[in-house]
Amino acid sequence: MGQEIIRVENITFGYGKAKVLDNVSTGIVDGDFIGIVGPNGSGKSTLLKIFLGLIKPQNGTVRVFDIDIEKFNQWGKIGYIPQKATSFNQGFPATVEEVVSANLYPIIGLAGHIKKAHQEMVDESLQTVGMLEYKKNIIGRLSGGQQQRVFIAKALVSNPRVIFMDEPTVGIDQNSEESFYELMEFLNREKGITLVMVTHDIGAIDSRVNRVLCLFDGKLYENDCEINKASEVFKEAYEKHNSVQIIHRHS
Amino acid sequence: MFELLNYEFMQRAFAAGLLIAVICPLIGTFVVMRRLSMIGDTLSHASLAGIAAGMLGGLYPLWGALIFSLIAAIVIEKLRKRFSHYAELSISIVLSASIGLAVVLISLANSFNADLMSYLFGSIIAVSALDIYIILSLSIVILISVYMFYKEFFYMAFDEEGAELAGMPVSNLNMYFTVLTAMTIVVSMRVVGMMMVSSLMIVPVACSLLISKSFKNTVFLSVIFALVSVVIGLFSSYWFDLAPGGSIVLTSVFILIVILIAKKVLKMQ
Repeated sequence: MGQEIIRVENITFGYGKAKVLDNVSTGIVDGDFIGIVGPNGSGKSTLLKIFLGLIKPQNGTVRVFDIDIEKFNQWGKIGYIPQKATSFNQGFPATVEEVVSANLYPIIGLAGHIKKAHQEMVDESLQTVGMLEYKKNIIGRLSGGQQQRVFIAKALVSNPRVIFMDEPTVGIDQNSEESFYELMEFLNREKGITLVMVTHDIGAIDSRVNRVLCLFDGKLYENDCEINKASEVFKEAYEKHNSVQIIHRHS
Repeated sequence: MFELLNYEFMQRAFAAGLLIAVICPLIGTFVVMRRLSMIGDTLSHASLAGIAAGMLGGLYPLWGALIFSLIAAIVIEKLRKRFSHYAELSISIVLSASIGLAVVLISLANSFNADLMSYLFGSIIAVSALDIYIILSLSIVILISVYMFYKEFFYMAFDEEGAELAGMPVSNLNMYFTVLTAMTIVVSMRVVGMMMVSSLMIVPVACSLLISKSFKNTVFLSVIFALVSVVIGLFSSYWFDLAPGGSIVLTSVFILIVILIAKKVLKMQ
């Protein structure tokens, strides 16, 4: 078993009286490719934001690379592609290169300047996602799928050990989605980057991930037996939401 | 044609004008991209209150403007955290308070006079040697700050949450940026006038957004457009005896219209 990247113990989080996460514990291990699934409002994004330290749980502990999250400062090791990554101001006049370079911050530090070696890192991450030839293009003029790749390159440029993604395939077409998953598998298997992905699309991730975390009613279910149990309620909940039909994991 | 530059007051006006032509769009590009275009107007109204307070209390008006606009900048940032879902609201609140305070202080100081008018609309003859020292030193601070924190300000303008996650001290940098904006207003108000400072921060940026090829290019082109506007504006102000702020801002609006028409014509071909 590899190093534990994130460990949360007994975390609880709620808005007012409603508990979104109720006494949740889990860990993410180096090399994992994890899918976090669950119906709308089940706390998937909340859990992700707790992993990232963007929100604090009301109870429980969060450790990142075995350091208490409050004291953790090596944020370059962690990449994040938010749900609304591609819903930025499409008129923003930045090139692909400028957007990716922005995330060199964890490497360069406050008030530092981009040097040639840093530019090579930008080129390399654009090469990885197949977007190098677009580096001088204005980001807002690319397609949704291409923008998605640029945001992955932006996350990659700081050499992260783990990348968190929130609904990364929302708003991109079928073909882009397919090549997106291929890229994810490449990053996970060849580059050894741990991936954690919040998604609705259980069918698409099922065969690709090595772990599925299933959130329902504030609780986290992980092993197959638990998920089977949870998926009955889960299915019902999905149908209530008139959402996609659940295809649960077969091991 | 250039004999007017033999006059000392014109030399001072040009020195101040060229400095603000660099600084206003430099700060303005980040302001526009963060969709906070109203912040310039708010801080300049706070400066007006500061000028009136200076006149009332016997303090040099530009110092009053600096103190008041810095206080307003800090209040805006503090309120922005309170109303985090309504970034514009904190700006509007401080704008209302500043206008109210400015009107009350002006009436208290009984200072509706030519001096106040020069702060409102800008003046090329009113730029004193002390003004030049204040403008120059604040400009140097602003230029060095933008040079040092360019990549931070860019990241925050593009994606504030991402910047925070990368470990950037976003709230401190936000505060610092708003303070720099307040300083820019004070630097500019002597020549352009309080009423038109924010236009010089916004209109050249709008011009360059229409044709720029990158963020860096946007900053560069807006500085060029502002420089052209200031030079033409100051010359016409001297020749036709116009308020410099008005002629500078109208020149920049004229450039904007020319670019819009040129783009349309090129598209039709």
